Amino acid sequence: MKKQDRRAADGKLGAILSDLLASGGVRLVDLTQTLSPDFPTITLPPELGQCRPVRIEEISRYDERGPAWYWNNVSFGEHAGTHFDAPVHWISGRDRPDNCVDTLPIAHFIAPACVIDCSAQASADADFLLTVEHLAAWEKRHGRIPAGSWVLMRTDWSKRTDPVAYQNLDETGQHTPGPDPDCVRFLVDQRNVLGFGTETIGTDAGQAAHFAPPYPCHYYMHGAGKYGLQCLCNLDRLPPTGSLIVAAPLKIRAGSGSPLRVFAIVPAHATAASAK
Amino acid sequence: MASETAGRPRRKNPLLRTRQPTLPPGSRSRVALGLTAAAARGRLELQVCRGCGAVQYPPREACVSCLSHRLVWQPQDGCGVLTTETVLRSAQELFFRERVPWRVGMVRLDAGANVIAFVHKSVARAPCRVRVEAALDRAGQAVLIAVPENGRTQLSDDPKLREMTCDPRHRKILVTDGKGQLGQAVAKALAAAGADLIWIGRAEPWKKTAGFEALRELPQAAIVPLDVTDGDSVRELAGEIGAKVDILVNTAECHRTFSPASRRGVETAQLEMDVNYFGLLRLAQEFAPALKARAADGETGAVAWVNLLSIFALSNYLPHGTYAASKAAALSLSQALRAELRPAGVRVINLFPGPIDDEWDQLVMPPKISPAAVASAVVEALKGSVEDVYPGDVAQDWLARNLDNPKALERELGEPTR
Amino acid sequence: MARSAYDEVVLAVPVTIPYVRYSIKSAHWFLGRAMAELIAAAHIPKGRVDGLAVASFTLAPDTAVGLTQHLGLTLRWLDHIPMGGASGIVSIRRAARAVQSGDAEIVACIAGDTNHTDSFRRNAASFSQFAQDAVYPYGSGGPNASFALLTAYYMREYGAQPEDFGKLCVAQRNNALKNPSALFKKPLTLAEYLDARMIADPLRLFDCVMPCAGAEGFLVMLRKTAEQLGLRCVRLLGAIERHNAFPEDPVQYRGGWALDCAELYRQAAVEPADIDLLEAYDDYPVINVLQIEDLGFCGKGSGPDFVRAHTFEADGTFPLNTSGGQLSAGQAGAAGGHLGIVEAIRQLTGETRGARVANARLGLVSGFGMINYDRGLCSGAVVLAAA
Repeated sequence: MKKQDRRAADGKLGAILSDLLASGGVRLVDLTQTLSPDFPTITLPPELGQCRPVRIEEISRYDERGPAWYWNNVSFGEHAGTHFDAPVHWISGRDRPDNCVDTLPIAHFIAPACVIDCSAQASADADFLLTVEHLAAWEKRHGRIPAGSWVLMRTDWSKRTDPVAYQNLDETGQHTPGPDPDCVRFLVDQRNVLGFGTETIGTDAGQAAHFAPPYPCHYYMHGAGKYGLQCLCNLDRLPPTGSLIVAAPLKIRAGSGSPLRVFAIVPAHATAASAK
Repeated sequence: MASETAGRPRRKNPLLRTRQPTLPPGSRSRVALGLTAAAARGRLELQVCRGCGAVQYPPREACVSCLSHRLVWQPQDGCGVLTTETVLRSAQELFFRERVPWRVGMVRLDAGANVIAFVHKSVARAPCRVRVEAALDRAGQAVLIAVPENGRTQLSDDPKLREMTCDPRHRKILVTDGKGQLGQAVAKALAAAGADLIWIGRAEPWKKTAGFEALRELPQAAIVPLDVTDGDSVRELAGEIGAKVDILVNTAECHRTFSPASRRGVETAQLEMDVNYFGLLRLAQEFAPALKARAADGETGAVAWVNLLSIFALSNYLPHGTYAASKAAALSLSQALRAELRPAGVRVINLFPGPIDDEWDQLVMPPKISPAAVASAVVEALKGSVEDVYPGDVAQDWLARNLDNPKALERELGEPTR
Repeated sequence: MARSAYDEVVLAVPVTIPYVRYSIKSAHWFLGRAMAELIAAAHIPKGRVDGLAVASFTLAPDTAVGLTQHLGLTLRWLDHIPMGGASGIVSIRRAARAVQSGDAEIVACIAGDTNHTDSFRRNAASFSQFAQDAVYPYGSGGPNASFALLTAYYMREYGAQPEDFGKLCVAQRNNALKNPSALFKKPLTLAEYLDARMIADPLRLFDCVMPCAGAEGFLVMLRKTAEQLGLRCVRLLGAIERHNAFPEDPVQYRGGWALDCAELYRQAAVEPADIDLLEAYDDYPVINVLQIEDLGFCGKGSGPDFVRAHTFEADGTFPLNTSGGQLSAGQAGAAGGHLGIVEAIRQLTGETRGARVANARLGLVSGFGMINYDRGLCSGAVVLAAA
């Protein structure tokens, strides 16, 4: 490209996006839960190591500890709140190349999304499982799931603001919706997706410890170098196709994941996912 | 201001200024602190001469009889004769000025010494036989009290002496964790002891534990959110109920069973510290000021802070090594808290049970103490006048070993195969 | 070994610095006034005084040593006597031997204290280690409770009635009405005494002294020195002291005088019946009764009968505390134990200010003090004779 064309192209990128935002040609949708101490974290048996929940300790607040400033020390496990799972997080992905948050290809941080509405089924059955059949029905209406796209399972689970209802634990364990093993294998092997995202506390269903293999979404996705997104919200404001997801985890040395700000760039003409 | 009956005290008039706490004289010579050390554990001890056997009082540095310096503190039964008594109706110190009249007497102990003591109202007029007990007054120092020689006398039955106890009856109590077995037992025991209101703290409400829901059936119970690892949670609860809490019982605990070498990484130890040590610190920062302000607030003012520590806090037990260390940190912090609360007359009571018969001590050989027995010890401590409680046989055994030779105990508890 | 006699030892120049309830001045001021009036009344230069015995509670952080420089005294004999109401008697015993041996020629014996509004509480709070450890925690910020215990015991054991103690207080008040320096100016009736508010059962308001500021003083020297200076004086016939007597008594019902009283009369070569006036240490009326018994005027336990059988005004059958005693004149701290000595000197030299005992030739002054824990540890007494 000639020098003046390149400069023109640079100028165009910023101008295009600004124009689109200003004119309402695109809108931005925040898919992130607020990082706060009240948000529940994944519950594991007590003998195992636990993911630290978000804790915010004030350093100073315009006071004797710091007269003109307010700041906090924040601590959390890598998998607290709305967060990203990298392939190294699972044993099946530990040898994949570029599998940590600090080595992931940056090009993957902006990617299209397919949003699959399971809200009605999830409200009827907390253990609802997304199957290959559901995917087939979805593709019949909205077209083939493109390679390199996020598949987001909308369940409206994020609207359960009571942490007890969100976790939905009883003496038989957790009861939250997720994909079944065949569904995951299909997305990995047949569609080569970028990763799987959910509104619940895990990409796998609450009862996935009992599946074969256990935690199939983690197992197969990460085993294939794919990613996960959890504790998303506002998926009901996204169209079934057409959104671009911006999801860039923190660059933690050899990190397995991190809380992050994830949002969607949505073309204005695309209606929200009320149309199934 | 004390009522003469054990009936429920009247509600406080909110327009009246809250009475500020005053304390009885708190200075003691170092040698006299030996009395306090024994009273903290609910015992009367006096110095006995190793040379000639003479019992000494007041505490001193040389035997009153033979001048020997070999004086040792030994338990006494306190029996003797009340030889004379008076009723103080006028006093110089603010504390007593606010509380006169007060019955005081002189007791000639059978063991030979003369003691000035408070006289319980159930004691007959002098001369008569009595038994002298040691208690902690509001300044946290030992005082002697003459009670009838026979039978068991409750300090709190005498309205003047009730202030030396932290009787849970009619009081409002915060139990910081009600999910664990121990917290549940404590809540039930406090309800049975006549508490007016028991706030029961619960973190992570999505994690259910057996028996917790049954606590809702206690008429005094109010379940409140409380996560001692979250400063905001502690602050919010303190803002809501802090001004009403009379007694705080810290049952929140994280107990794991790892030695330094048996678990890589510090994540588990950090969790133990965050609950057992920093949790106590957060509670202290948020609740102590409110307790101090209400320490003299009539009959049901703020009176006590109870910590469930562990006998392991005194000497580390290798199989639960990081847990023991976190309890040792909590012990040290509780001493600081005691010093901060003492000027207001609020008592810090530490319990040091041995292994409790719960899931985390599953592999410890018996004898183990049941949660109900620990809870009972909490109530006894509040009704009595003590600071340091070692409930159960194992706790008593390890305390005796620690007093006898702490280094030997270090070796004994450090046996990897124990 | 027989004790040496007090031949040729005399007391002279009785000085009282008027008592006030509260003063902003320090003890140094009152003691300085006492010294100034002693040398003025004796017509001697300050340098003539070469010995000093001091008693004071509020002189701290100074002791007698600090006073030497404060008042510009160069001395060859110095003593600070921390024995409360026995300090005066003990000062006499010390000073007498000093002048007899030639260690000093003229010893000033002074005692005084200031009284700020918080003096009593502060003094009480730091009185002794045993008091800190084993008395104050039980509510009495002062000796009231200890003497209440003692009084209750005595009344129970020996049948003393409140009226008996009241009689002594009323008589002392009558004596005080003639004393221009006494703090109490109004008469006291037995009914008022009995109706007064209870302080610590069975002690009522008028059983307790009123702490105040003031000072007392006198000089001790050999008789020939007094004659050279032209001073009226009284002779010292006998003197006793005792500390921590009868430690096995469960409650104090007798003082050290009981051990030494025979010795006192032997030394003085007199008997109780010869005594014309008794200045007893009267911090509480019951202690008056103990002194009457233990100094041989009646048997132990016969005190109540004795009180009922006598009158105690200066013109009564048994003159007692003829200037009103501490109970009616006030207790100027450590000067309480010198008050009786100064009054006895006045009575026996004929230079009384108030009530006068007719034909007073022999006086007995008694001191008592220092409730270290549960009993007064110090006791002492002197027999004085008109010269």
